[in-house]
Amino acid sequence: MDKLLFGRVCLVTGTSKGIGQSIAEKFADEGAIVYANAHTHGSIDKWASSVSAKTQSDVIPVYFDVTDQNAVKNAVMQIKNRHKRIDTLVNNAGIVDYNILAMTKMDDLRNMFEVNVVAAIYLMQLVSRIMVRQNSGSIINISSLVGVEGVTGQLAYSATKGALNAVTKSASKEFAHNNIKVNAIAPGMVATERLLNIIETRFKDKMPNIGMGRLAKPEEIANACLFLASDLSDYITGQVIAVDGSTTLT
Amino acid sequence: MFNAYNNFNMDVIERYKKVFIETFKVSEKDLINGFASQNIDKWDSVAHLKLISELENEFDIMLDTDDLLELNSFEIGKKILIKYEIQI
Repeated sequence: MDKLLFGRVCLVTGTSKGIGQSIAEKFADEGAIVYANAHTHGSIDKWASSVSAKTQSDVIPVYFDVTDQNAVKNAVMQIKNRHKRIDTLVNNAGIVDYNILAMTKMDDLRNMFEVNVVAAIYLMQLVSRIMVRQNSGSIINISSLVGVEGVTGQLAYSATKGALNAVTKSASKEFAHNNIKVNAIAPGMVATERLLNIIETRFKDKMPNIGMGRLAKPEEIANACLFLASDLSDYITGQVIAVDGSTTLT
Repeated sequence: MFNAYNNFNMDVIERYKKVFIETFKVSEKDLINGFASQNIDKWDSVAHLKLISELENEFDIMLDTDDLLELNSFEIGKKILIKYEIQI
């Protein structure tokens, strides 16, 4: 079977671990040229090399802080100058916290909006200008089920993901006539290292709320991203697709 | 005497004009007298984005958001491109 993303130029943010790495690996496996972003210089060199070797695709680390607009612009320009195109942007980089409304510090809230929302919007601004010339492209924002449903104990995080959902829907309407798809994936609880480290202390009582009775695998989120990046979803835009195994949040 | 610098500059201005001509489907003479968003009906936000995309592609630049918003006339566009070291 032909590779679904053969030759496509894809930028994925936040690939130092978890869902971001799964997405980058899945895209590389399907023949994409993957620019994998991480914050700390050198942190994903070994991983990128091993994925490139395993998949016979190019996985190229690009290091920048997503909130540093100059660094972001330089990175996007480098990709554009090299390939003259960007086919897919996955806004995956984000930060999370676990606080109820009363315990949410305003500075932490602002910082979370800077990373989870403003940075994503800025990347969409830059990349969409390249995609407009191509008259094609797919932008995928990694949101969260908590941004759709709300949840106790993650007010700031759910606010940012709710905002990202609205950004997704609005941008999809602006770019539909340019043939650029803009969608979001809203994962439920995913078996990343981060979640597994805290599940006993914070989420043990949530497990019965998952209809399928298990956490999502990061690869299952990546599969949904692959669908949205590929031609299989050519007529799908403006959607927030929950990948949650029938999870109910309280 | 052949002045390579002048010829290069002429090339740059011609390329700049070509982007406007092709984006707005106008002729070169239309660009002379105050070609600006406030007096060109077809210069809406969609056309503006297309103009920016084409200028960025033509001159290998990426505009800062402030400059993108300020680029609302043929003449102002030239001044903005100079900021990006385009000798226009």
